Amino acid sequence: MIALKVNDKSYQVDASPDMPLLWVLRDLLGLTGTKFGCGVAQCGACTVHLNGEAIRSCVTKVSRAQGQNIVTIEGLSLNNDHPLQKAWVEFDVPQCGYCQSGQLMSAAVLLRENPNPTNQDIDDAMSGNICRCGTYPRIRQAIHKAAEMQKEGGKS
Amino acid sequence: MSDQQTAISRRNFLKAGALLSGGLLISFTIPQANRLLIQDATTAFAPNAFLRIGADNSITVILSHVEMGQGIWTTLPMILAEELDADWDNIKVMHSGVDKDYNHTVYGIQITGGSSSTWSEFDRYRKAGATARVMLTQAAAKRTGVAIENCTTKNGYVIAGGKKLSYGELATEASTLPVPQNVTLRPPAQWKLIGKGVKRLDASVKTNGQAKFGMDIQFPGMLTAVVAHAPVFGGKVKSFDASGAKAVPGVKEVVEIPTGIAVIADHFWAANQGRKALKIIWDDGAGANLSTKTQVDAYQKLAHTDGLKAAQKGNVDQGLAKAAKLLKAEYVFPYLAHAPMEPLNCTVKISNDKCEIWTGTQLPGIDLAAAARILGMKPEQITMNVVFLGGGFGRRATITSDFVSEAVHIAKASGKFVKMVWTREDDMKGGYYRPMFVHRINTGLDASGMPIAWRHNIVGQSIMAGTPFESKDGVDSTSVEGIADSPYFETVPDHFVGLHTAKEVVPVLWFRSVGHTHTAYVMETMVDELAHTAGQDPVAYRRKLLQKSPRHLAALNLVAQKAEWDKKLPEGRYKGIAVHEAFGSYVAQVAEISIDNGKPRVHKVTCAIDCGLAVNPDGVKAQMESGIIFGLTMALYGELTIEKGQLQQSNFYDYRIARMNESPEIDVYIVDSNEKMGGAGECAVPPTAPAIANAIFAATGKRIYNLPIMNTPLKHIS
Ligand code: FES
Ligand code: FES
Repeated sequence: MIALKVNDKSYQVDASPDMPLLWVLRDLLGLTGTKFGCGVAQCGACTVHLNGEAIRSCVTKVSRAQGQNIVTIEGLSLNNDHPLQKAWVEFDVPQCGYCQSGQLMSAAVLLRENPNPTNQDIDDAMSGNICRCGTYPRIRQAIHKAAEMQKEGGKS
Repeated sequence: MSDQQTAISRRNFLKAGALLSGGLLISFTIPQANRLLIQDATTAFAPNAFLRIGADNSITVILSHVEMGQGIWTTLPMILAEELDADWDNIKVMHSGVDKDYNHTVYGIQITGGSSSTWSEFDRYRKAGATARVMLTQAAAKRTGVAIENCTTKNGYVIAGGKKLSYGELATEASTLPVPQNVTLRPPAQWKLIGKGVKRLDASVKTNGQAKFGMDIQFPGMLTAVVAHAPVFGGKVKSFDASGAKAVPGVKEVVEIPTGIAVIADHFWAANQGRKALKIIWDDGAGANLSTKTQVDAYQKLAHTDGLKAAQKGNVDQGLAKAAKLLKAEYVFPYLAHAPMEPLNCTVKISNDKCEIWTGTQLPGIDLAAAARILGMKPEQITMNVVFLGGGFGRRATITSDFVSEAVHIAKASGKFVKMVWTREDDMKGGYYRPMFVHRINTGLDASGMPIAWRHNIVGQSIMAGTPFESKDGVDSTSVEGIADSPYFETVPDHFVGLHTAKEVVPVLWFRSVGHTHTAYVMETMVDELAHTAGQDPVAYRRKLLQKSPRHLAALNLVAQKAEWDKKLPEGRYKGIAVHEAFGSYVAQVAEISIDNGKPRVHKVTCAIDCGLAVNPDGVKAQMESGIIFGLTMALYGELTIEKGQLQQSNFYDYRIARMNESPEIDVYIVDSNEKMGGAGECAVPPTAPAIANAIFAATGKRIYNLPIMNTPLKHIS
């Protein structure tokens, strides 16, 4: 049994220690918001926060996450009201939507560490997340907007 | 459907029914002689409904087309809501099941594709909304005693005299009224939603992890399967040893199916570990002889000869003989994988005399029929639940129902309730690619530099061969679209377009913008080359050739104006232009690039589109952005290669997709147009690659004839 803390909830999972966190979250805990896109740390669809850092859960063994603080898209905010989520909706960012959990989780770390990201900062933080639908221009706009909202105390 | 019903000619008739829970249901169906259809609908939820109004004021729009990113989840409801005068905040949306009444209004099968969802459903969804509004108004008039002429609707209410009645409270009563067959639609001047735009209805669930894709289907007792496929195209299992796989904890069963060996386990990880432990001896078959190099050689040889006639005017030999100047070019395009972000998957549950399927598919009816054939069931024994598609681009529309069939076979062979999951590698290597193509062109220019003769031969596999859409004359129109009907040939007196259809073991398929992915590149870089040879500005040259094509011209002129074509760019920046029609929409783009370390960098793409009425303008813009980035990926990186019958690429590290840091600034302009409505999902893809290549020529003096561009090292003109 491995003890996990996901979105402030405690779980005991019966998984082999080398099982990737992604599949523990999805197939054992039913948290399907975190997506499988490549399995080899190339696309970012599986991005979650481990102690506040954006990690690729497809290549992170569950043993590494044991007892640590994990946040998934389901735990990014209580009411879909993270400034990024609000900006995403305002700019109609998602198309197929499959990459967007990962995009949001990567952007959330960027915005926490850098409340005023430049375009270059966005390139640096977000280039690990592929969007086959090509929503990059809107993601960029939405991150800038979320930064503004955050400054104005938009984080409720 | 009774036999009697299907015997009647298929016209769209509206029918109404009550909901069990109270409410109004609007469907399109065939009228049954002497029978009130309302009775059908009271007993069960009508399978062919388009609109459901609940007594609780909920308004559910049922989609005959599937959402795969293109935004139809929002566009069809807004068309309906416009006529219904509904409260937009109360709109709910769901995918339909499979029913003949959801067949494409033009293509005759249930399909989402060909950039056709909006224009093909525009009338049908408007009519459904308008019909419901009339019936609700009639119900209000009846109830209040106010004359119908004095009743109006507003935002989900009928205002009858001094009374305001919500659609929900009128719905059940409305469902008992006769259905008006001819309703008046609102004139465009009164539109509040169409042409104005609304926010995507699926944005929220796609930002909090709640949106359900096929990959996310989970039920108690459901297992997960992965399949070991033949490494060589067309290969088969000779023998296998499953003992290693079965020893992996969590693995429940290993079964052979027609396409390989399936490992079934408690969860994906165990199944995948089990697959690694399989020992399989494959019979490679003839596919083992296939390699990209020999294929290109063979295609190039063929391209020197005339293929089957796809288009012809005058006498091309005589035309070329008269030319003041001759130009020839040969182009090579590789196989491409759609690589939707969500790898293919499908969940199947078979129980006694029923089968239930969950997947994201563009062809639910074809897939359901395939499942019925495999299981020996009748179509009505099968339920198809279509969930959000994590990208489609054509890959989730196979006439062979490849991935759905595979999942059904696994469920059938194992007797288990399974979700079949493909990994990225399975998806990449699984075939159904945009085919490889070679083009060879000989053109002749007159003394003024205008083309007077054009011989064009194309070699490649047919995506329609072996499907019900196969052409009778051997010319697959999707292999030559954009060339056989090129507007440039209007002014070329002598031309010939020929097609050689190659046969290979590699399965091929439509890919976002289909033939236009290569034909637009050839035409738009070639015309650019002709302009340069003639010493003329590429825009001015195109204008001369496109005199009889006003919609091409409108897009071209708008983009030239917005991108300030005539203005010089700062040092180190170069621009290129392209214009192309695909799926009834006319798109022109200007790409602005620089060359860094021998590689192009695309800084900006300006885009103009004439799609006729833009129902949801911001949605059209989103599709232009999406298509441009898709086109950019294709232009710069897209390439699959085959050695000894095996695909050499496997994941995003060797099949690159453009990323945020490569994403250009994109400006989109929509031509104010009353012309025929076209599609938006694909038409932005074709012009991007040639616009970039033409900009590269401006920067380097080098023409790129082989895609992807990244295979060619580049140097500035010094
Ligand atoms: S699934 Fe983990 S990075 Fe792609
Ligand atoms: S929205 Fe489809 S992959 Fe990003």
